Amino acid sequence: MEFAVLLGTPLIGALVFAVGGAGRRAPEANAACSLITFAAAVALAVRIVAGGSLTVAHEQFFIDPFNVFLVALTAFVGFTTSLFSRPYMRVEMKHGRISAGRLRLYHSMYQLFIATMLIALTTNNLGLLWVAMEAATLSTVLLVTLYRTPASLEAGWKYFILCGVGIAQALFGTILLYIAAEKVLGADGVSALLWTHLNAVKGQLEPRVLSLAFVFLLVGYGTKVGLAPLHNWLPDAHAEGPTPISAVLSGLLLNVAIYAVVRCKVLIEGSLHSSLPSRMLMGFGLLSVSLAAFLLWRQRDIKRLFAYSSIEHMGIIAFAFGMGGAVANFAALLHMTVHSLTKSAIFFAAGHAVQKSGTQVMDRIRGLMTVSPTVGWGLMLGSLAILGMPPFGVFASEFLIVTTAMRDQPWATPILLLALGVAFAAIFGRVQSMVFGETTARRLPHSPALLPVFVHLAIVLMLGLFIPPYLAGWYRAAARLIGGG
Amino acid sequence: MAANPFILQLVNSLAALLLLLSFAMLAQRRVVTLVNLLAVQGAILCAATLLLAWRTGESHLYVSAALTLGLKVIVLPWLLHRLIRRLGVYWDTDTLLNTSGTMLVGLLVVVFAFGLAQPISALASTATRSAIGIAVAVILLAFLTMITRRKAMSQVVGFLSMENGLFFGAMSATYGMPMIVELGVALDVLVAMLVLGVFFFQIREQFDSLDLEHLDSLEEET
Repeated sequence: MEFAVLLGTPLIGALVFAVGGAGRRAPEANAACSLITFAAAVALAVRIVAGGSLTVAHEQFFIDPFNVFLVALTAFVGFTTSLFSRPYMRVEMKHGRISAGRLRLYHSMYQLFIATMLIALTTNNLGLLWVAMEAATLSTVLLVTLYRTPASLEAGWKYFILCGVGIAQALFGTILLYIAAEKVLGADGVSALLWTHLNAVKGQLEPRVLSLAFVFLLVGYGTKVGLAPLHNWLPDAHAEGPTPISAVLSGLLLNVAIYAVVRCKVLIEGSLHSSLPSRMLMGFGLLSVSLAAFLLWRQRDIKRLFAYSSIEHMGIIAFAFGMGGAVANFAALLHMTVHSLTKSAIFFAAGHAVQKSGTQVMDRIRGLMTVSPTVGWGLMLGSLAILGMPPFGVFASEFLIVTTAMRDQPWATPILLLALGVAFAAIFGRVQSMVFGETTARRLPHSPALLPVFVHLAIVLMLGLFIPPYLAGWYRAAARLIGGG
Repeated sequence: MAANPFILQLVNSLAALLLLLSFAMLAQRRVVTLVNLLAVQGAILCAATLLLAWRTGESHLYVSAALTLGLKVIVLPWLLHRLIRRLGVYWDTDTLLNTSGTMLVGLLVVVFAFGLAQPISALASTATRSAIGIAVAVILLAFLTMITRRKAMSQVVGFLSMENGLFFGAMSATYGMPMIVELGVALDVLVAMLVLGVFFFQIREQFDSLDLEHLDSLEEET
């Protein structure tokens, strides 16, 4: 029941908005849809945490503590982003950057995007997972090009082609997995792609084909995660699309993609009895962290800056999942949560900053504190949080990851610490001058509504100081499911 | 499943034709011909699927043959031709490598593909497992086409040809993926083409050309 509401609401919403239903009240209806989805996600999460995993619709969908936590997170950020996007898109319309027709497209695709992510998270069928991931790309391509500027078209094209090619690799990986699975589970064509069935027989799958499959799956879904060197689409797509879309791309889509990688890793590692998948994840992770940290220095555009920061954090998460084991998985899950909350909060604040100053170039954004203290503080606190300053939650998860690395993979620790330091210096310097720099602009008469920013940051702060036992138990159950290490 | 060497030979020759077509696409500079080659590739794929369906008696293969026929032989080429006419892109002469260079790289790619397919063919139990190497080669050659071309339209044709290769690989190794997956993939491809159509017009509105060189300004330092 909750499940039907969870997937049905955004799908119906997408359809209604597409035909222009809800008319002028579309922004409010969009938020309402997202609220219903969020309520369903919470109800589902409560049920799973109380009653354990469950399969729906002839085992095509499967919900366990690992994915229900991401479902809840996705629905929550989807809801707060819809709250943020209501006033934001209204201002964009007033500035003449988009027309009413495009706003309709925006709302429809927004709901469709949320729906595809929820399907990708909850499906038990690895083929459907692929289909949903591709649909998530397709639904956001037209959102990235919403402004129709040359730069946004270029970003959209890059996004489409790179993710298209990437996802084709993932399809090949899925086919290979199916070939191996069919040997064990039989060719009735039903169960051989179901994750739960595969997980039960993972020890018997042919290791050589599976290691090949993992390479393709990692490269394929890794492109969507934005792991270096396949990250080229990410900064462009984030910088050129409307800010609410940057927030959900960074906060949610990357999480969903990394979820797909981890689901596949669990299967394949169980069959290989070797650490190849772990080592590959760690390698790609470290490469992304270090490359992104140094590229951060060269950014001049505020949204590109934080897009590179997303690549860095995805690298950290991939590295942590690569290490595996209860503590590292716990830390990676925590990091996914806090990164997605913090990064979307930063994009909300940055979006307002850009709207106020009329430019995305950081050198020309100055004195946010004078212009609007709420935006200034939002951006400052968000940046401090994402840089891993205590007492925010990012500190807790990064601390756990670094200490686990010291114990399990000591060679990687200096690289991680160096990259984190470089990233800190790069982002902090930029944000400081944007927030506190001298400006001639006058203070805004009324401050923008930034409730979502501070709600997100408050949750991140709480997770840094105190993780409720209920939540901690939930994380632990998910970490156990992922295993490894 | 009676062993019928004749049909098997036929499927294998169709596979060889697929590979030949991939090379033809790699060399072809006229966009219209490129789309026609893609349609022929789709038709061969459809024929191979039909033969296999008849031989193995698996009913879902008939459905996927019908899907291939509808989507890859009729709808997509028609959409692409319409786009070409409306946008006026006919030639893609400016490639990254000259034709003979591309062909040589293509040959190396095929050798590599057969090496890659070795463990997969060893595992697969289907009668057509020898064709898996060809499927991988088709995928990689399509990838090469995408890399060496500058025009958006040729890249899209390369992308679709890659999809054909993937489909053929799945078919020759396992007699096709589960129906629900195949339907989903087909739907995604169709939607992707529709999105692309919209997208091309947006690009053209902005640049008056579909040359990807215009899409080269988002460099790192900007």
